[in-house]
Amino acid sequence: MSNGIAHAEGPTPTHGHAHAHHPALQHHFDTMSQQREAGVLGMWVFLLTEVLFFGGLFFAYALYRSWYYDAFAAASKSIEILPGLINTVVLIASSLTMALSVRSAQTNQRKATVNWLIATIILGSVFLGIKVYEYADKFAHHHVPGASFQFAHVPAPGEPHVEEAVAGHVTTMGPDELERTTQIFFSLYFTMTGLHAIHMIVGIVILFIITWMAHKGRFDDEWHAPVEMTGLYWHFVDIVWIFLFPLLYLVERHN
Amino acid sequence: METPVYPAHNYLSNGHTLKSWLLTKDHKRIAILYLISISAFFFLGGLFAVGIRLELSTPQGDLFQPDTYNKFFTLHGIIMVFLFLIPSVPAVLGNFLIPPMIGAKDLAFPRINLLSWYLYIIGGAFTLFAIVAGGVDTGWTFYTPYSATSSSTNVAPVALGVFIAGFSSILTGLNFIVTIHRMRAPGLHWFKLPLFVWAHYATSLIQVLGTPVVAITIVMLFTERAFGFGIFDPQRGGDPVLFQHLFWFYSHPAVYIMILPALGVISELVSTFTRKRIFGYSFVAFSSLAIAIFGFIVWAHHMFVAGISVYAAMVFSFLSFSVAIPSAVKVFNWTATMHRGSISFETPMLYVYGFFGLFLIGGLTGLFLATLGTDVHLHDTYFVVAHFHYIMVGGAIMGYLGGLHFWWPKLFGRMYSDFWSRISAILVFVGFNLTFFPQFILGYLGMPRRYHMYPDEFQVLNVLSSGGAAVLGLGYLLPVIYFMWSLKYGAVAGNHPWGASGLEWRTQSPPLTENFLEVPTDIPEAYEYTPKVVREAKLV
Repeated sequence: MSNGIAHAEGPTPTHGHAHAHHPALQHHFDTMSQQREAGVLGMWVFLLTEVLFFGGLFFAYALYRSWYYDAFAAASKSIEILPGLINTVVLIASSLTMALSVRSAQTNQRKATVNWLIATIILGSVFLGIKVYEYADKFAHHHVPGASFQFAHVPAPGEPHVEEAVAGHVTTMGPDELERTTQIFFSLYFTMTGLHAIHMIVGIVILFIITWMAHKGRFDDEWHAPVEMTGLYWHFVDIVWIFLFPLLYLVERHN
Repeated sequence: METPVYPAHNYLSNGHTLKSWLLTKDHKRIAILYLISISAFFFLGGLFAVGIRLELSTPQGDLFQPDTYNKFFTLHGIIMVFLFLIPSVPAVLGNFLIPPMIGAKDLAFPRINLLSWYLYIIGGAFTLFAIVAGGVDTGWTFYTPYSATSSSTNVAPVALGVFIAGFSSILTGLNFIVTIHRMRAPGLHWFKLPLFVWAHYATSLIQVLGTPVVAITIVMLFTERAFGFGIFDPQRGGDPVLFQHLFWFYSHPAVYIMILPALGVISELVSTFTRKRIFGYSFVAFSSLAIAIFGFIVWAHHMFVAGISVYAAMVFSFLSFSVAIPSAVKVFNWTATMHRGSISFETPMLYVYGFFGLFLIGGLTGLFLATLGTDVHLHDTYFVVAHFHYIMVGGAIMGYLGGLHFWWPKLFGRMYSDFWSRISAILVFVGFNLTFFPQFILGYLGMPRRYHMYPDEFQVLNVLSSGGAAVLGLGYLLPVIYFMWSLKYGAVAGNHPWGASGLEWRTQSPPLTENFLEVPTDIPEAYEYTPKVVREAKLV
């Protein structure tokens, strides 16, 4: 449809050249490198959008953390640290496998590309599995904001009791206010990690498609931009978590 | 000059089935899809405006219940801002014209272009659903805590609709940025680009950087309504003013999403109808970028009475004034372009003259509102309503209509009625001023916005305003008739009916699906109207 008319008259349009094009070249691009640069630039611009998208949440986090530091510290300490730590390691590992799949695509190693992509999918799924466990834990402890929210901070062994910890800073925050304002922390916790998880799910769906395309041999040393662009996206989602982990799990863990 | 012949092969003749339209990847067809859909929403939004003006013809609240009136101005605002003004010039004219203007076959991502239209339609469908389900009454600004906890109307579906339409806008901006960077014809460097393209580049930056912030703000609002989260809820320590900050961080720059493309249109028109290169081309180009950048650091002037600190207010007041500089650069340079130009009075140029007057009044009254003390008096009065309508309707829609009249022969290859289009341009200008100038006075006298009744002494001015709205409505309806008429009966336009010099006029009207038979290589400077060029290109 797209090039049907132009053939009808006048000099042959650029599309109808006799020399062979790369099969992946779309009609409106002149060269493969133009097509690749457009795609990668597009992905960078999209990631810029994503930075601003998450930026609004980080801004809200910064504001409320400075207002209600004690509530944030108490709420953060109530979160189990180990699943978050494992997930951090899992995600960093998945970024490595993703980078290796891009490298394999660039060097024409079809099988290795597919395998590294599958490894990335598995690691991403492990992350989501652990996230499900963490969410279930929050529901069990009534740490989900809303009508049934309850926050009674149980100090870990050796940890100073919350009233003592509070006493070190603003002494005015009583249990009632703590319960109200920790809801803001958990609202942000669920919105931030929830959006991050949605980005992971989208990423895994894209990875499946890219894996299938790689399996079919669609990529070679001349055309591998889709793998590269998926990699950029995946690394971005990874970096978001690198920020989320300390901001949500590690507030005042030093004492 | 020989009589032009309507080309047998063009993008319109390339497939006649519904599928060939709904699954098209041709930027020109997608532009037409946008033209049809935003026009539909424009008249729907206009219908709500009719309701508002009818109610305000009398001091008593005798047509609607107060709740119904609230829904009317809310839906008028939401539809006009998110479903008409934001997409208007970029999605229709930008979509259609940027590829031929830069010598490209299409935008960089044709499928994403189609996706953005579908997202727009889905966003619009959510809004329509909310209307059918009983409307929404928060005002187009969705201020918390009312929107989050108190309002019992359909906030969630509308919020979702705005969120989805926002991504349509982001994808359009992304597509334009990549296209302008990567798809220019060989030899077409940045300073040969039409100023229309520069204006769209600046607009796209705002779309890409601003829209995600309002998107996440809507997500936060949505979590409060849907899951009982409490990010802005004052009962749990949340800050409703934070919502306002985040909302205006996008929604002030959004005004520049609406006006910048219109400013780009005006640059093209002024140059064409004075037969002169734009005076100070690079200043006009960079003033678009300057407006886009300044636009991001003035948002809190919407919040001077919301309890922000005095020092913050002073800084934001000062910064708001600075937007006047690049805006004035444009107006002065257009005026300087016209100086000793060969000025003509074709219909598109009538819209330019109208635009000058309205944009000037709208821009200068903005300075009243950027002034701290004056704003306390004028905040939330009809003065504000009049001010932003002068920019968003007077400026943006005059630019849009001027552009539509200018490029209509390129879009469809046929001319509309010269007589009726002139009548319509005059009706729009007169009707607009009659509608909105009295509102400046009303606001100065203290009439607040968003009330369905008012003291008796305001009636004369309100009746003038309602009468003006009727004239304005007629001015908007006329083009629908003569544009439709032109599709079948209009005279064949030929490649360049106005003798304009841009690349888009070098291809046939309507263009081929591929835009050009051969990629243009001998790219002239933008707006070359030296006698030699005019003679060789046979522009006359």
